[in-house]
Amino acid sequence: MLPNSGAPHRAGSRGGLLASELALVFRRRRTWAMLLALGAVPVLIALAVRLTSGPPAGRGPAFLDRVAGNGLFVALVGMLVSIPLFLPLTVAVVAGDTIAGEAGNGTLRYLLLAPASRARLLLIKYAAAAAFCVAATAMVALCGVGIGLLLFPAGPVALLSGDTIPLGESFLRLGLVTAYAAVSLLGLAAVGLFVSTLTDVPVGAMAATAVLSVAAQIMGQLPQLDWLHPWLFTEHWMGFADLLRQPVLWDSFGENAALQAGYVLLFGGLAWARFATKDILS
Amino acid sequence: MSAASPEGDLAIHTHRLTKAFGQRKVVHGLDLAVPYGSVFGFLGPNGSGKTTTIRMLLGLAAPTSGSITVLGRPMPSAALEVLPGVGALVEGPAFYPFLSGRANLMRLDAANRRADPATRARRVDRALDTVGLGRAARLAVHAYSLGMKQRLGIANALAVRHQLLVLDEPTNGLDPQGTREVRSLIASLAGQGTTVFVSSHLLGEIEQMCTHAAVMSAGNRVAQGTLAELRSGGAGRVRVNTPDGPAARAVLAGLGLAPEDGAGAGTLAEGGDDAVVRAPLAAGAPEPERIVAALVDAGVRVRGFAVERPSLEERFVELTGEGFDVAQ
Ligand SMILES: Nc1ncnc2c1ncn2[C@@H]1O[C@H](COP(=O)(O)OP(=O)(O)OP(=O)(O)O)[C@@H](O)[C@H]1O
Ligand SMILES: [Mg+2]
Repeated sequence: MLPNSGAPHRAGSRGGLLASELALVFRRRRTWAMLLALGAVPVLIALAVRLTSGPPAGRGPAFLDRVAGNGLFVALVGMLVSIPLFLPLTVAVVAGDTIAGEAGNGTLRYLLLAPASRARLLLIKYAAAAAFCVAATAMVALCGVGIGLLLFPAGPVALLSGDTIPLGESFLRLGLVTAYAAVSLLGLAAVGLFVSTLTDVPVGAMAATAVLSVAAQIMGQLPQLDWLHPWLFTEHWMGFADLLRQPVLWDSFGENAALQAGYVLLFGGLAWARFATKDILS
Repeated sequence: MSAASPEGDLAIHTHRLTKAFGQRKVVHGLDLAVPYGSVFGFLGPNGSGKTTTIRMLLGLAAPTSGSITVLGRPMPSAALEVLPGVGALVEGPAFYPFLSGRANLMRLDAANRRADPATRARRVDRALDTVGLGRAARLAVHAYSLGMKQRLGIANALAVRHQLLVLDEPTNGLDPQGTREVRSLIASLAGQGTTVFVSSHLLGEIEQMCTHAAVMSAGNRVAQGTLAELRSGGAGRVRVNTPDGPAARAVLAGLGLAPEDGAGAGTLAEGGDDAVVRAPLAAGAPEPERIVAALVDAGVRVRGFAVERPSLEERFVELTGEGFDVAQ
């Protein structure tokens, strides 16, 4: 899975710019370092539970006390732990790099001279960032399932609603949770894309995006800002519990998806407004 | 300077092109006329606005005012139709350091929707061979030297056959062989009908490869035309080699010329005990043959006489000023 560290990477020779962009993102060592770090989260959790007697019920992250009884919960706890910080941090790096990275590198002017239209470039950059959102959440889930099944028993899962579902369906539910987390990050990726059009310094865009995700979560904690909460892109980040009921409650999934779509449209539009007429002086 | 040509003959045409960064105008009312088939040198000292102009020509930056036509279409509005016909190197090459030289070119070619993916590998390999990077093609760009990157940048401009090449200081960082290669490459492309617009501050280079040139100074175009027109725009000089320096100076002064004094002027110099007297040929000066006749009539022993045309370098300094400080 790791790219060969010695030889330079090769971009696809027949595909279009999207294929080239995906290759650029996913063959980068930085991307794999971040994905491996994300994969390490559930592994550390599983090892910690395995090597100790496990926490008493009710302490630590939700579901932690269930891990020892059912390995599938490792993936769930891993996701829960990664959502507030680790996942947004990695998405901020990728999304903040989209345009600013090309600008800082000087390659932006050559892409535009190739010519790639500015609209197409922006769309492809966002598509690659969105693909990373999916890859990052999938990494947490897959590593969680892998290490969970390795270290702990597996079996039917007891849901929040009290029902028990068979193992096969619980994989499906885990897939839903993963999709929920990936969708949650799409708004942040759009914010990152916009920030990335504002500067030629990729690190600045990454840091600003990461700060925004943390700031939004902090504002979400302040009761004084109640009126603002429904509009924060982080508002539903932890709200995937509904997917663990029988039958599945789709409301929060829908609300989250609508909110994220709004962010994608708004910040995608802002990014376009900025990028369409920007002087490329890098 | 050449008379304004009809728009149809011009690969690049700008009219009163102006660019301001904030309050500062860095390109000022620029009129450029680059004929199809020419090798057009774009000269100017550091900071005179060459790269800024090129960015505007290519639609990377929007003009503050004025208009641009490239290959018969307005820029930047028709950029997507115009740019497939233009190969460009702007402000030095830029690549992804972790990709190989070849992978970099493949990616940029993939960004061009009009480039045929089926021939991509072949075209890229040929362009790499053309600039002598065939063997370094699979090396990551972070392992390239400055000149290798420059060559790769030129290869990128060659991967597709273009009608127009815009090269911003293409020989920057190249070794003598590389410089010669680029010159002969430009000559051969021009021979095949490609119009080449090349910026530089290396006058020798421009002198050797260009048919036309424009000179920029602090954002203003101070000259434009064929190379011959540019050179003749400057005043020529007469040079007299004679053992009778003071007498020669007196005769020249009598003809209304102003013999130069300064190092070597009117003193013993190159030819043993001959002095070299130089005087600029201002407009309205007598013909050279009359000057010789007058010197001989006055008994000056003329051992050498020449009319010296200024080199492009002298002309350049004349147009853009002597100062080393970057104009602001
Ligand atoms: N992004 C920018 N913001 C403000 N001023 C700029 C910017 N880019 C260039 N300038 C100014 O515009 C002027 C022209 O710069 P430009 O890069 O076009 O010069 P140049 O002729 O290409 O010089 P060189 O020979 O050094 O490459 C300079 O005075 C520079 O300070
Ligand atoms: Mg320049």
